[in-house]
Amino acid sequence: MTLALSGEEVATKLEQQFPGSIIETSKDSLLAKNESLFDLVSFLKTAPGLDFSYLSTITAVDYYDYFELVYQLVSLEHNHSLVLKTRCYERESPAVPSLVSLYRGADYQEREIYDLMGISFEGHPNLKRIVLWDGFKGHPLRKDYL
Amino acid sequence: MISNPSLSLEHYWQTLPPNWPGGFWWHWLLFTVIVIAFVLLLVMGFIWIERRGMGRMQARLGPNRAGPFGLLQPVADAIKVLLKEDIIPAKGDKVVHWLAPVVAFAPTLMIFAVVPFSDGAVLADLNVGILYVVAISSISTLGVFMAGWASSNKYSLVAAMRGVAAVVSYEIPLIVAIAGVVLIAGSLSLNQIVLAQDIPFILLQPLGFLLFFIAGCAEINRSPFDLMEADSEIVAGFHIEYSGMKFAMFYLAEYAEALVISAIIATLFLGGWRGPVLPPWLWFVLKVAIVFFVMVWTRTTLPRIRIDQLMALAWKFLLPLALINLFVTAIQVLAWPEALLWVMIPVNIAIMVILVLIWSKFFKLGGGRVEV
Amino acid sequence: MALKTEPFVLNIGPVHPSTHGVFRMRATLDGEVIIDLEPVFGYLHRGIEKLAEERTYTGGIPLTDRLDYLASMSNNLAYVLAVEKLAGISVPERAEYLRVILAELQRIASHLIAVGAFLNDCGAFFTPFLYMFREREKIVDLFEMLSGQRLLYNYMRIGGFTQDIPDEFLPALEKFVKQMPGFIDEYDRFLMKNEILLARAKGVGILPKELAINISASGPVLRASGVKWDIRKVDPYSIYERFEFEIPTGSAGDCYDRYRVRVEEMRQSLRIIRQAMEQIPPGAMRSEVPHLVRPPAGEAYAHIEAPKGELGFYLVSDNSIAPYRCHIRAPSLINLTALREMIIGWKIQDAIIIFGSIDITMGEVDR
Repeated sequence: MTLALSGEEVATKLEQQFPGSIIETSKDSLLAKNESLFDLVSFLKTAPGLDFSYLSTITAVDYYDYFELVYQLVSLEHNHSLVLKTRCYERESPAVPSLVSLYRGADYQEREIYDLMGISFEGHPNLKRIVLWDGFKGHPLRKDYL
Repeated sequence: MISNPSLSLEHYWQTLPPNWPGGFWWHWLLFTVIVIAFVLLLVMGFIWIERRGMGRMQARLGPNRAGPFGLLQPVADAIKVLLKEDIIPAKGDKVVHWLAPVVAFAPTLMIFAVVPFSDGAVLADLNVGILYVVAISSISTLGVFMAGWASSNKYSLVAAMRGVAAVVSYEIPLIVAIAGVVLIAGSLSLNQIVLAQDIPFILLQPLGFLLFFIAGCAEINRSPFDLMEADSEIVAGFHIEYSGMKFAMFYLAEYAEALVISAIIATLFLGGWRGPVLPPWLWFVLKVAIVFFVMVWTRTTLPRIRIDQLMALAWKFLLPLALINLFVTAIQVLAWPEALLWVMIPVNIAIMVILVLIWSKFFKLGGGRVEV
Repeated sequence: MALKTEPFVLNIGPVHPSTHGVFRMRATLDGEVIIDLEPVFGYLHRGIEKLAEERTYTGGIPLTDRLDYLASMSNNLAYVLAVEKLAGISVPERAEYLRVILAELQRIASHLIAVGAFLNDCGAFFTPFLYMFREREKIVDLFEMLSGQRLLYNYMRIGGFTQDIPDEFLPALEKFVKQMPGFIDEYDRFLMKNEILLARAKGVGILPKELAINISASGPVLRASGVKWDIRKVDPYSIYERFEFEIPTGSAGDCYDRYRVRVEEMRQSLRIIRQAMEQIPPGAMRSEVPHLVRPPAGEAYAHIEAPKGELGFYLVSDNSIAPYRCHIRAPSLINLTALREMIIGWKIQDAIIIFGSIDITMGEVDR
């Protein structure tokens, strides 16, 4: 069984390396600050004992006050997984650091989130619309779109 | 080498056109009609063999509605295609576009001028028959290239270039394989070659037959070498932009070329019209149909090879084998005692098997990734 | 004197017989060699994730059918597992066994199309494709016996199945399972050592192991590159831990290995079906579930090993009858990430084969 690591355990390890970057932890997930997301994930990817070499999914959810991005990280060696979240409080042009330089699998998923939710990813090499055509106005998956 | 009855004077007179009122021109007219009717009817028959045969081999029925056993299916296809609108691409070269099907189809009819349907029954018994065949069959390629160019479509241009490269490469093993047959028969005239086949040349020249078959399939772009019209890659290749009657000409030209190669194989290797009980022309049609059936069989069974693998096969595998075949045949023609002719059969078959096995060990289908 | 050449741009698709749906590749060609490739898709976007927010949980099941329309049962299964995880519903044993049987049958059907279409792209003019369709017809007939549908089954429900299986199903399934290994051996006899297939597919379109992990590939694409990662073994869902089966892996990550992995997976699926048929207990088919499922507020992510890869559903609920957010992790979309690296340097004919060997369905890529 893939062991779903609890947020609290991993948070203690991360707090040592990057103090102040974790906002909230719970049994299932870990909520991190927007700015420190990239450093946290690069640490998680290479830290011995954690080795999260596989990014399974990136999801974005629109709670009316904020956008929440959910990352499912998996380690193929140790067979454990972690759910990492981050929030973005801007409505007009929300921005989050991109993970493409760490995991290339984030490429199309981030483009899709940009297309449908409007969250732009800083550092993404090719941030264009992917499922809708280039001249489309608006971001359909937002709760206030229709 | 083989005591050739056709070199006697008596036989020579028999091959002149018969002594009718009007003589030569009636002969020409009769045979032109026969050739055109033969080609059109047999092409229809081939289309039926292909579609029905391929269908049965693929665990499905094939056409069975138009006429009994679907025999009128090609007629239905022809009528459908004639009734379609003729679309000409706006940016293409209109004259070339119009000429291309003609240039592709006409040579296939012209080749049948020298193919014998019975003893002496040819439109023109040229004494350089097979050379004429080889020369004319190259003209169809020009039609293909014209079609690819005039369609102003990148896909058809790519396909046409592939086609020209492939055809030019495969001409050479084809011709060298023919040279082996010519050496044994002692003449270039197709009628003489048939008359010389007391033992069909497929037994005396098995390697030559194999090479001719493979090179012939490549010349006419049939599977496994059908990259020019690869249905699943560049969607019909050079005749993408054709519709209506012009498309019908290309379609007919494809099967007519298959008919040509089958007829040449039947004439050169299987003994043409020779056979015991049935009338000669029926034997000829039967042999042609059997060769075509084998072509349909390979089409249904084998996947397609890539363009650089195709070229490698022609230059590195077929050509050396063809040259070795020619060399061995030349030695045999000079030195083999005539009485033991049938012993040559197992010897040649053994040589073929050994050569093919050894050569395929050393042959690498090269090409691969190009560093970008 | 060097010949002046210039590269030209060729559009492969979107309307093309071999691009498995509406997919477009803008290829820059230098002669026959592809020097740059840009995939463009989105032609089949229907907004399934947004539509799912307006339908009830049960009403969203037909939407999931249309994701990977060649493997509808697997999509249904993933969604239903996610809803059950969210709402804390447990499923009776008989329904679990039947779910496993249907998922594995669906895997065989999907791989039959994948292998058939791959060989069709290689140029074996429909012969292997039609032979494999002959077997797929038998599977589809079995599914029709159950759900009345041949392609988009809409059969699984939250908590099990609405009705019990008809009596003819298990004997027909037994007959199929007896015949099928003979057919797979027949395909191997024709194709496994075929010279032309080896020349076309071996060493072509290599996806190295590190790149495969980095692009989050999953399913046969990942396993052919040498990574032994199958959700059914590492994170078993439903009752997969009760069955014995192996995970075929390749070593080189080329098209040939992907083809072999799929054929071997078909054999392993037959093994699982045989074991499940022996062990299936009598009992109820559905647990007590209210007509309109209203899960408590929260979120859940459930993933399964679909034929194309790891299919996951991330559901967020706010205690109403419709999901607040339904996100689909589409394996085909993510497997396409390295398409450019895999195709550059090869020729147009190889591009079609490499694309076919990844085995995508546009319904999933675009959603």
